[in-house]
Amino acid sequence: MKKYKMGLLGKKLGMTQIFTDDGKAVQVTVVQAGPCTIVQLKSGNAGAYHALQLGFEAGKAKSLTKPLQGHFAKAGTPPFKFLREVRVSGDEFKNYAAGQVIGAAIFEEGDFVDVSGISKGKGYAGVIKRHHFHGFGASHGTHEYFRHGGSIGQHSFPGRVFKGVGMAGQLGNARATVQNLEIVKVIGDKNLLLIGGAVPGANGSYLVIKKAIKKRTRAERK
Amino acid sequence: MRIIEEIGKVYLKKGLPEFRVGDTLKVHVKIREGEKERLQAFTGQVIGRKGSGVNASATLRKISYGEGVERVFLLNSPMIARIEVAKREPVRRAKLYYTREKTGGKTR
Repeated sequence: MKKYKMGLLGKKLGMTQIFTDDGKAVQVTVVQAGPCTIVQLKSGNAGAYHALQLGFEAGKAKSLTKPLQGHFAKAGTPPFKFLREVRVSGDEFKNYAAGQVIGAAIFEEGDFVDVSGISKGKGYAGVIKRHHFHGFGASHGTHEYFRHGGSIGQHSFPGRVFKGVGMAGQLGNARATVQNLEIVKVIGDKNLLLIGGAVPGANGSYLVIKKAIKKRTRAERK
Repeated sequence: MRIIEEIGKVYLKKGLPEFRVGDTLKVHVKIREGEKERLQAFTGQVIGRKGSGVNASATLRKISYGEGVERVFLLNSPMIARIEVAKREPVRRAKLYYTREKTGGKTR
């Protein structure tokens, strides 16, 4: 059975390092994770689908479209800048109510999380940067062919280029997820998470932080 | 940015001596051997300082048995027990990376 794990919305603040008790330095990303307000409870598909619609960072109503303004007015919450759905299991779904505010405290130190965000845009990038091609040697008479991709196929058979061949194009500025990052520290009163390692996106960009789908939480491991 | 500095503040060390690039430092590092813990000193010239707040580090260089040895210390690391300034030496560069190309008596 597929598991749906609870998550939060957040904002990447930046990276720093802290020291563990045994003196090791750990690189961490500081994430403002919450407070998130449950704007809407969603369920459907004959009870097979349960999700919480979360809102993060209140903004101005006038910067939203009329339909969204109406959506927030109906929910009775302030207009949020970042609105995303987090799918949860049916059992967990019962514990939540619309209008409820959740924060970083749903995570524990030692938990693993999957973090999604919009990666930094690198523009139109060549194959070396985008697909880690090796390029060509600069000697042996190579002429204007240092960073090209080389051949993209065979001959009149198959007579076409196979799908998935690496070529130049837009790199970054797309949704990216990093899985299994450890939560090094939770600062519950300020809703801050210190997540070991790097997460996608620039500082100040929005993130979705979910409990890791491939790992169990500390409470579940016991 | 302010929040990130706040997080690092807990780990900031008090009583770090003031030193500059070019000075010679004696850094006492905690070494763990199984259960036991002892101090080991590394004496070398500061050839560069980097970072601020909790991320501050210094690169020390010394010549050990004719071989150049460099070590980067995170100044606020709890593994560093003590730092002493062994010698002050005014220099005109922010980074003394050029000393890597010089050996023996020319390092001064």
